[in-house]
Amino acid sequence: IFFYNCTISTARCCVKLSVHPSRGLMDEKFTVLVQNVLPGFQLTVYAFYKCEGGYSWEAFAHYTASATGAVNVSEDPSRGGTYSGVEPMGLMWSLRPVPGSKSGLRMRKMNVQTPMEVTISVYQGHLTEGFVDQVPLAAVVVERWYMAPGVRRIPITEGGLTATLFLPSGPGPFPGLLDLWGGGGKLVEYRAALLASHGIAAMALDYLTPQITKETGKMVDYEYFEAAYRVLEQHPQILGSRIAMLGLSFGTSVTLRMAVYSQVIKLRCAVCISGSHVQPIDGSHLFVFSLLSFFSNADKTRFNEEQHVIWRDLLMPIPTDASLKVDVGRLRCPLLLVVGEDDQNWPSYESAMDMKEMMQRAGNEHLLTVLSYPNAGHLIEPPFTPSARAIMVLWGGEPVAHSVAQEDSWRKTLVFLRVNLYGGSQPGAAASSHL
Amino acid sequence: EGAPVSLVRARWLQSVVISVTPSRALVDETFRVAVQNLPPGSPVTLHSLHRSEDEDLWEAFGHYVSDSRGTVSVADDFSFGGTYTGKEAMGLLWSMSPVPGSREGLRLRKKNVCIPQLVNISVYGGHVEEGFGERLPLASTLTERWHLGPGVRRIEISERGVRGTLFIPPGPGPFPGMLDMWGGGGGLLEYRSALLASHGYASLALEYFTAGELKSADKEFSYFETAFNIVREHPQVIPDRVGLFGLSLGSLMASYLAAESSVIEPRCCVCVSGGHLYPRGANLQQLFRAYSSHSHKLRVDEHNREIWRSINLPIPEDLSQKLDVGKINCPMLLVNGIDDQNWPTVECAEDMAHMMRAAGKEHLLTRIEYPDAGHLIEPPYSPHSRATKFIKDVILLWGGQTKPHADAQEDSWRNILAFLQKHLYCTQNPKAKM
Repeated sequence: IFFYNCTISTARCCVKLSVHPSRGLMDEKFTVLVQNVLPGFQLTVYAFYKCEGGYSWEAFAHYTASATGAVNVSEDPSRGGTYSGVEPMGLMWSLRPVPGSKSGLRMRKMNVQTPMEVTISVYQGHLTEGFVDQVPLAAVVVERWYMAPGVRRIPITEGGLTATLFLPSGPGPFPGLLDLWGGGGKLVEYRAALLASHGIAAMALDYLTPQITKETGKMVDYEYFEAAYRVLEQHPQILGSRIAMLGLSFGTSVTLRMAVYSQVIKLRCAVCISGSHVQPIDGSHLFVFSLLSFFSNADKTRFNEEQHVIWRDLLMPIPTDASLKVDVGRLRCPLLLVVGEDDQNWPSYESAMDMKEMMQRAGNEHLLTVLSYPNAGHLIEPPFTPSARAIMVLWGGEPVAHSVAQEDSWRKTLVFLRVNLYGGSQPGAAASSHL
Repeated sequence: EGAPVSLVRARWLQSVVISVTPSRALVDETFRVAVQNLPPGSPVTLHSLHRSEDEDLWEAFGHYVSDSRGTVSVADDFSFGGTYTGKEAMGLLWSMSPVPGSREGLRLRKKNVCIPQLVNISVYGGHVEEGFGERLPLASTLTERWHLGPGVRRIEISERGVRGTLFIPPGPGPFPGMLDMWGGGGGLLEYRSALLASHGYASLALEYFTAGELKSADKEFSYFETAFNIVREHPQVIPDRVGLFGLSLGSLMASYLAAESSVIEPRCCVCVSGGHLYPRGANLQQLFRAYSSHSHKLRVDEHNREIWRSINLPIPEDLSQKLDVGKINCPMLLVNGIDDQNWPTVECAEDMAHMMRAAGKEHLLTRIEYPDAGHLIEPPYSPHSRATKFIKDVILLWGGQTKPHADAQEDSWRNILAFLQKHLYCTQNPKAKM
């Protein structure tokens, strides 16, 4: 979309602002172009987003037009603002709550059926504040979608589950995936929706605050995850022999537990982000309950972002006692670990190193891939999700490095999933066939 | 053979991937359709399917052979057969036609511009010619084609007796404006104005008679002037940069306004498939009566489709039967198809040029004429219909051959946008201004 601004009789030049594509997926890049300004013209490119909670987020960068009177955000360096240097997607990942906002805000889109609408504007001069009081030279709206066209969203309540299944566009059949978030609970759909946009039938599962827990007061156990797995396995458009599990943070604890100890769940591969294998292994199926009581004295029926428990302190040093760790030496499927070396929340890096050692001793290390990112923090989300300083303070990481980690790990996660879920008739080298 | 069909299919299917990039785009943007993970050298068919708002199915297809890496790229590879051939990135859209067994005389026109056109793009094994509905594709994906860009606002207009829909681009403005008029089918069609707004023009799609009620159209000249003023007076419109855009009858109205109005001053005028044959001083009712008086010249082709082209030929010498185009004072862009069977648009353009030259106004005129293009020159990648139902059950022959007509739509739109940019937006060198 191209926009010009022109006042009738004045000597003001006409600025042309375009963003392409104007409608894209959340993990796609866009190009922001400003044209028809004077060479050397100073301008500020500004992004504004009002999230579902009603909070305002902004990002901005200072540019100087080239000799041809243009600014290309993908190629030109920002001289300052919420990001600096050449950052094609800086306007997205450096979004932060506007000054005066309440603290601890985290941007998470809960309704994935509508796009994020971001307004991108260009202002004259190098501004750092007061954007609301100025009239921009031009503005456009960009839509960022979690669901590609044709992706179907199906709420799942059978078997007592609180889940949402996203089926990719097309006839299928598709490989499947169970998608688990962490300690905040709730039914968070956006990553599963994105995965479905990449051809994987993904089910977002609420396992900490599901309806059944709200009604009975009881935490879920193995059967809950096995029921979710069965929904995928038996679905006519899903390949029962090609199901993966992806967990972040606390979701890693669950994924590793089920991958090794469940008699029902047979994973083709697993992805664990920012988590640990440290947990009491006591043969009990009430493992979620026991995990939480082991880790924290917090009220187990309340899960929200303000409850920022630092798991790091509780889990370090990594125990040598085998009954306190998932026996990853028994894993039979490929495992991808994604960790930020500045994770302030969980000892992800240390856990990954310990898992590697355990797998080396057990002889299944060839199944393991570790992606370890210096200066990345805990919340390694899909790319271009805001990783502003305010968020980093809580979770660790340095914004630029964290954003790089998100972009790189997502790309590699998709490749890992594609190779293991779509490729060949045999899964990873020595993994036996549950197929 | 012998293995369960679903298993065989699963092993074959599960790796073939089809992608359309971008998956969401404006209708005048190109896309790239690619298929991967095919066996090398495989014959496949790329197929598009669209269910219109009227519940008709439209489809197109091309025959390809995968390369040594097992990929097919529609933008880069040759189609060897189907509804289009050759290297045609957008052939799956512009070569669409109603599926076999459809109703006669269909035309594809978007009514609700707030939701996109959904097109299913699939890949089938082998070179398939028919029966796509009975086969299972190797892979398929959905793509969205939008007339409305993000942030464009849609405002229903019902004031001062004028009915239409105004589309305003996002941003602070102010923006150049447009009065947008369609043809003899009547009704309110928003899609071109939505698209113009997506390119930065505040555009009013005007309804000037009810759909199908051509003979009862009774709007006076002042209706159109009022509509123009509604655009001009809008707080987000630059008052001295409002243009006119018309197709067919709408084009005639645009030329009429440009030549005869003493109230409005269009900055420029785009006339697609129009003319200048208009009895001076007549209103719309009188215009139609004048045309009807020539209806004995109406011809039909071998399929009983009406050819209206000859009704107003030869172009009369009598000046009272034509607009006084010598009075036009704004740049005019005339876009016509040489194979127009509905209206003698090229002959009119020739005569208009002659008249404007006599008045010393020829420098205002730009003419583009496309061989083998017909009357309905729409935004790019719209399917071409050589003949469709018009009012009641009459089928009109519009003319044009599919590929040249598609090329004309693509090329003319590019020229139209450049023309509008030149005359409605600043063009001076910014260096001179600052």
